[in-house]
Amino acid sequence: MFWEQLINGLTLGSTYALIALGYTMVYGIVQLINFAHGEIYMFGAFVGLFLVMAGMNIFIALLGAMIFCMLLGMLVERVAYRPLRGKSSRLSALISAIGVSIFLSTLMALYRGTNTTRYPEVLGSTTYNLGSIQISSLQIIILVVSGLLMVGLQVMIQKTRLGKAMRACSQDLEASSLMGINVNRVISATFAIGSALAAAGGLMVGIYYNAVWPYMGTMAGMKAFAAAVLGGIGSVPGAMIGGLCLGVMEIMGVAYLSSSYKDAIAFAILILVLFIRPQGLMGQKTSKKV
Amino acid sequence: MEAFLAQNVDGYYLRIMIFIGINIILALGLNLITGVTGQLSMGHAGFMSLGAYTSAILSVHFGTPFFLAIIAGALLAALFGFLIGIPTLRLDGDYLAMVTIGFAEIIRVFFLNFEPGGKAVGFSGIPQETTFTTVWIIVIVVIILNTKLFNSRVGRSLFAIRENEIAAEACGINTTRMKVLAFTVGSLLGGLGGGLYAHYMYYINPQDFGFMKSIEILNMVVLGGMGSIPGTIIGVIILTLAPEVLRVVAEYRLLVYGALLVILMIFRPNGLLGDVRIYDLKKRWGKKEVKI
Repeated sequence: MFWEQLINGLTLGSTYALIALGYTMVYGIVQLINFAHGEIYMFGAFVGLFLVMAGMNIFIALLGAMIFCMLLGMLVERVAYRPLRGKSSRLSALISAIGVSIFLSTLMALYRGTNTTRYPEVLGSTTYNLGSIQISSLQIIILVVSGLLMVGLQVMIQKTRLGKAMRACSQDLEASSLMGINVNRVISATFAIGSALAAAGGLMVGIYYNAVWPYMGTMAGMKAFAAAVLGGIGSVPGAMIGGLCLGVMEIMGVAYLSSSYKDAIAFAILILVLFIRPQGLMGQKTSKKV
Repeated sequence: MEAFLAQNVDGYYLRIMIFIGINIILALGLNLITGVTGQLSMGHAGFMSLGAYTSAILSVHFGTPFFLAIIAGALLAALFGFLIGIPTLRLDGDYLAMVTIGFAEIIRVFFLNFEPGGKAVGFSGIPQETTFTTVWIIVIVVIILNTKLFNSRVGRSLFAIRENEIAAEACGINTTRMKVLAFTVGSLLGGLGGGLYAHYMYYINPQDFGFMKSIEILNMVVLGGMGSIPGTIIGVIILTLAPEVLRVVAEYRLLVYGALLVILMIFRPNGLLGDVRIYDLKKRWGKKEVKI
């Protein structure tokens, strides 16, 4: 029982982690809570659904959804955030993000209606028994795909030129631009990568719960933001760990405490953790300067 | 007064006026926390629901008079605001935003499972005691008290915290006390608005006070211009009227609303009445600043 719940929790948590990565990467560079991120995730789930319905292989659909959301994320950044950058407070950028979020979810609601759409049967769900633990093929795919994406991201950040530029920008945007880094392009790339990861998360959640609807982004976005904060916002490994922790805590809370308080449990634990470690699990304590 | 209004003013407009009044109370509360003191709170609807449910339960189950019930609701919200204010001493910026979001969600889920509050079905049969006159008398009192507060020593301390917390502390301001104070008074107003809302609507539901409600109030404060009372009032009026005016575009209403938020922020990044000064206008036309 416990181990199965742990696997359920890790599956859910890895999708939270994928979304949380987008939050944390964007936050690390431009200090913006990208509230439209949940809607990008929702678009990923829907685009994946359309591609699957058009008869495509699930992995091609995954790739298609990721590319679509990459472009969408870059478009959102270009239209709604870049004009505000540097000349306004962070709060106005936040309101702009909320505007985008309302716009995108309404757009999808107008196109598809507000009802839940079920995913077609794309993967036969075989259940494997490992000793006394049951694990479905779907869970294995989610864990493997999100694991690969996270490792890939980590390699990208540590080894490539773009990754180096991103790390530089997250330390000091102004100094990076003086060192000849095209800051706008790096920010654009950050949005693209974060959105692609969210799209992967959306598609997999859609298949896992067999449901997509236009407002699925709000709660998922909130939970993922919680995961990013739990791990220490701005820290990439923090978002991964935060996501996994949040998923496991939520599933365990439902299993052993009460299912009617499902959404409250995650937040309650988050608040408790922040009381003890105000900078999150992996966040670095920064001293404020005048 | 009420009879006169009921005879001469269309019920629809009266309703909108009452909503504007309630929203002004809510937004001025959040303005004190976010606009003036600079502490980003994204869970104002949580305080609102505390006020709404407390006052509604008191009037329906205990027959408490209207004003007492509303004051009790506001006080309970203030107590929670005080409790939420305490962690703000340790958390800053977006961590605080997350705690307030989490708090409001916990409150919402609590009321979804709260037996005396009717659980997910909602709570109905609340006497409709909130009238145009009561709302607007309270609004005027709140505006006057807010103005007095802004111009007092305390108000200036709060603005100083927003501008630079460390410098404010160095000037001898007890930032801890001031931040908790802002949270307490802000949530008191949130609870007050919630109580008035409940006693106008007959019926309340935990979902009325979800994340989107908090965001709506935050939009009003930021759109109008942070920390400015006339700004907040204008923000409230625009955003309360917007959904009504946008009924023309029917189902595209929210689409336009979302786009409008983005466009307004691009063209007026500091809110409609945020630092409108002649000096700034001169500077804006004078030279183009290049920043990243």
